[in-house]
Amino acid sequence: MSKLPDIILKHEDEIRSNWLKHMASTVRRSDLMNDRELQDQSREVLAAIAEGAKSGETSDLSQQAWSRARELMQSISASRARQGFTPSETSAFILSMKPPFFHAVRQELAKSPDEMFQEILNATLLLDGLALITAEAFTLAREQIIKRQQQELMELSTPVVKLWDGILALPIIGTLDSARTQVVMESLLQAVVQTNSRFAIIDITGVPTVDTLVAQHLLKTITAARLMGAECIISGVRPQIAQTIVHLGIDLSQVVTKAKLADAFALVLQKSGRTVTRIGGSPRNAGIQNAESGLKPEMKGE
Amino acid sequence: MERIPILRMGSFLLVTIQVDMHDRLALQLQDDLTARIAEWDATGVLIDISSLEIVDSFIGRMLANIAAMSRVLDAETVVVGMQPAVAITLVELGMSLSGVRTALNVESGMELLYQMRGKLHAELDDDASNQA
Amino acid sequence: MPLTRRETHPIQNSSDVVLARQKVRSWATELKFTLVDQTKLVTAASELARNTLDHGKGGAMTIEIVGNSDKTGIKLIFEDRGPGIPDIPAALRDGFTTGGGMGLGLGGSKRLVNDFEIESEPGKGTRVTVVRWK
Repeated sequence: MSKLPDIILKHEDEIRSNWLKHMASTVRRSDLMNDRELQDQSREVLAAIAEGAKSGETSDLSQQAWSRARELMQSISASRARQGFTPSETSAFILSMKPPFFHAVRQELAKSPDEMFQEILNATLLLDGLALITAEAFTLAREQIIKRQQQELMELSTPVVKLWDGILALPIIGTLDSARTQVVMESLLQAVVQTNSRFAIIDITGVPTVDTLVAQHLLKTITAARLMGAECIISGVRPQIAQTIVHLGIDLSQVVTKAKLADAFALVLQKSGRTVTRIGGSPRNAGIQNAESGLKPEMKGE
Repeated sequence: MERIPILRMGSFLLVTIQVDMHDRLALQLQDDLTARIAEWDATGVLIDISSLEIVDSFIGRMLANIAAMSRVLDAETVVVGMQPAVAITLVELGMSLSGVRTALNVESGMELLYQMRGKLHAELDDDASNQA
Repeated sequence: MPLTRRETHPIQNSSDVVLARQKVRSWATELKFTLVDQTKLVTAASELARNTLDHGKGGAMTIEIVGNSDKTGIKLIFEDRGPGIPDIPAALRDGFTTGGGMGLGLGGSKRLVNDFEIESEPGKGTRVTVVRWK
C-alpha cells in the first residue's frame, strides 16, 4: 500500500509553498497571470490532488476519486490556452510540482531507501499522468479556437451580393473544400429565400484551382439552388480552368458558364426578361451621354 | 383515412403538403393526383412543399413519380418552396430530382405553369390551323 | 423536459417511421443542433428506419446521447432480425439519382452523418449505427 497519499496529505502546505517558489524561478508568466490567481490555482490543484490521494490510489487516474483533479486539469489547460500560455508552460505548471513532492518523500522516508525510491516513482507517475491530461486538454482547446476562427473566416469570405432584383452574385475567393461548400450553400440558399431571387451568378475568378472535387462541390451547390427554384450560372472561368475541366473530363454540360461576370449578368438580365438601354442622345454623343445620364436598366417584355 | 386535399384552380391543381407524411399517405396522394388530373383534364400541378421540413428519398421519389405520371397525362408539375436545409440534405443524399420543375414560391410556380401551358396552347393552335 | 440518455422505439409499421423521425427531431432540437444538421440527421433516421421496416421486416431504433465535455452527439442504432445484407459494399454504393433507382438508402444516409457503422449477417439480421455530432 503506497505511502504517497499520506505524505501528500501531511505535507500539503509545504509542498504548495515550495511549488510556488519553484515556479517563480522557472515558469512564471506574470504578464499573463498575477500572483493572486496563481496562488489560487495552485491551492485548488493541490487540494484536488489531496482529495484524489485520499482514495489511496495514485496510479490509476481514471478512478472516480480523481475526477475533480481531471476536470481541474482540463479547465486550467483550456483557460491557459485561451490566455496565450505555451503548451510547455502549461505542462510545466504541473511538472514543477515534482521537486517539492520528492523533497517531502525524502523527508519521510530517507531512512528506508527502497521505500523512498518506490514512493518517488509513484509521485513521478502521478504527476506525469496529470501533466498528460493537461497537455491533451491544452491541444484540444487550441484546436477548438482554431476551428472557431476558421468558421468565422469562412463565413466572412463568402458574401452574397444582390446585383439586381432577383439576381444574386456569389464571388468565391479561395479554395472550395467540402466544409466551405456547406457554408457557401447555406449562405446562398438563405439569400435566395430572403431576396426571392431566381438567379445566382457564382463567380469563381478567385478560386485558384478547379479539380474534380471542386467541380463536384460547385455542382452540389447549383443542384441545391435548382431544387429551390433558383438558377445558377458560373462566371469567371479562366482559360486555364477551362482546359483543366476538359482535361479532367468534368461534365458541366448542364451548367451555363461564362468567362466574365459582366457577360453572366447580361445573360441573366435577358433570361429574366430585362435589357439595358441607353437613354437619350445620339450615338455620336454616346460617350458624353454615358457620363451624364448613365445607364438605366429597364423592364422589357412581360 | 386522412388524405391530402387537392384544390382546383382553373385547369391547374394545387396541393399544399403540410404534414409529416407516412408512406401510405404519400402513395395515396400520388393516386389521388393522377386520378384528378385525368378527371378534371388538368394541365398543370403545383405542389407547395414550403412547410415540409423533411424530404427523404421516399418523398423525393414520390415527387419525381408525380412529375413523370402527370407528364404522361399531358400535365406539367412544378414543385415550389423547398426549404434551404431540405435542399442541402437532398443533394447530400444524392437526389437531384432533375425530372421535376421547381420554383421559389406559389406565385412564380404559377407563372411557370402559365408559361408552359402557353407553349402547349400555341402548339395546339398550330396543329388546329394545319389541319384546317 | 429532462432528457433521458437512451431510449428504444419499435419500428413495426410506417407510423413508427414517422414517430422515429419526430423523436430524433425533438432530441436534436433539445441539444440545439443547427437546422441543417438536424435536417440531415432526421432524414438519415427516416431512411434507416424505412430500411429496417421494408428490408429488415421490422425492428427497433435506439437513440442515445453520446460525447464528453468536448463534444456532444446523437447516436442512432437501427436493428432488425431480417434477411441481412449479403454484399455490404454494393449496398453502400447504391445511390439514388433522380429517385427512380432502387437502393437501400444506405449510401445516402452515410453522407448525412459523421460516423457510420454497419454489421449484417445474411439470415441473422442487420445493425446500423450512426452518430451526428453537434
